[in-house]
Amino acid sequence: MSQTPTELKYSKSHEWVRLEGDVAIIGITDHAQEELGDVVYVELPEVGRVLAYDDVFGTVESVKAVSELYSPVTGEVIAVNDTLTGNEATINSSPYQDGWMLKIKLKDPAEVESLLTADGYRTEIGE
Amino acid sequence: MSDLLRTSLYTAHAAAHARFVPFAGWEMPVQYAGVLTEVKAVRERVGLFDVSHMGRVRVRGGDAPAFLQRMVVSDIARLSESGGEARYSLFCLEAGGVLDDIIVYRFSAGEFIVVVNASNREKDLSWMRHHAGGFNVRIEDETTETALIAVQGPEAMPLLDSLADRTLSRVRRFGFTDATVSGVRTMAARTGYTGEDGMELFCTADDAPRLWEALTAAGATPCGLGARDTLRIEAALPLYGHEMDEHTSPYEARLGWTVKLDKPADFLGRTTLAALKDSPPRRILAGIEMDGRAIPREGYVVRTGDEVIGHVTSGTFSPTRGKGIALVRIDARRAAPGNAVDVIIRDQPHAARTLALPFYKNV
Repeated sequence: MSQTPTELKYSKSHEWVRLEGDVAIIGITDHAQEELGDVVYVELPEVGRVLAYDDVFGTVESVKAVSELYSPVTGEVIAVNDTLTGNEATINSSPYQDGWMLKIKLKDPAEVESLLTADGYRTEIGE
Repeated sequence: MSDLLRTSLYTAHAAAHARFVPFAGWEMPVQYAGVLTEVKAVRERVGLFDVSHMGRVRVRGGDAPAFLQRMVVSDIARLSESGGEARYSLFCLEAGGVLDDIIVYRFSAGEFIVVVNASNREKDLSWMRHHAGGFNVRIEDETTETALIAVQGPEAMPLLDSLADRTLSRVRRFGFTDATVSGVRTMAARTGYTGEDGMELFCTADDAPRLWEALTAAGATPCGLGARDTLRIEAALPLYGHEMDEHTSPYEARLGWTVKLDKPADFLGRTTLAALKDSPPRRILAGIEMDGRAIPREGYVVRTGDEVIGHVTSGTFSPTRGKGIALVRIDARRAAPGNAVDVIIRDQPHAARTLALPFYKNV
């Protein structure tokens, strides 16, 4: 059983969202990191890039697998977790805390309401 | 997945929390603890692989040597008639392409086992049977009644010596012997696919779980297909369907050394291969390492400037080198070590340079 904190929202493409005011903090779920295995490379967007819902915002790779990252929200990237470069294993060990990837200033904070709850996501992944 | 075959070690893998993937018609463990942990175990200590999915075909009869001489590019007559010697070789088409890469083990004047790729087992059996007419030879697929376990790493031989009824470290590279290992009768061959020392143990399917259990109890780390693929890429060992196929000649795959054009018997593909040998291939297999952190993957395009010079045949993150590495088939004029090239990753050029192969070797 993977961790799915109830205070977060989730996308079907296995990203999580933590809402802080009008800023969404985004990463990949515990289930996603388990499925990928040891993460060895992550490619994230530049600060300032504007993302629409479902845009590819980057790539996360394990030794053998490549997985694209999809934006669960619409808005502008205001911060990127640069500490992950060279410390990609953080995504495996702390997917919901130190393994965060992006902060996005939301165009419409209400957009987050349409994402999955923890219960909904657990159903989605069959747990 | 109900139509997938399972090896006799499936239950042991499931108990060890393996993650399974379909591979060449088999449900095989891709990883246990994780690819990085498993690669490290093989490079520093000893790892254990279930490779029972690979095809094992017994070839015997008075004409077995003549038949195999016709089928493979190597000189089978060089293998001792008293047994105990094996050779890496190829089945080639008349047109020169590679049908499969194989290992031929000779037991006696008239008895051999050919180990073939799981993905090619049915094709190889048909190919052998098709060409067996006129030869006094029996071709028997023993894959499902037997098992094959690879024990690889710098501590593989001390571990095997401690469990076997004879000193297996005396067996030469590509030699093999009968041995009882932890009470299980095996054929123990000094071969492998990791760039490390070690052996591959043939036993009955029924005995395999007992042998696997003894080897893990003695400290060997179970490793899946993920680690196996990464280890073989680091060791620049080719994989059928990636570095070679029916449209690739041995000379384009750095396998020309296996082709013995002067052996004292005609063989399938000889005429074409003799002609190809005299015209150097336009593209050949080479190795690259990325300058930055991006990881090259199979199919990615390799360029110098705006010119496409080839593509990646197998790529991975190399845990041993801490960088992305790849086997590539590129313009032969650019393949010498030290050349700057670009790999196109998600539409962006990423700098890399050609390296001498293998990337890693400790055997």
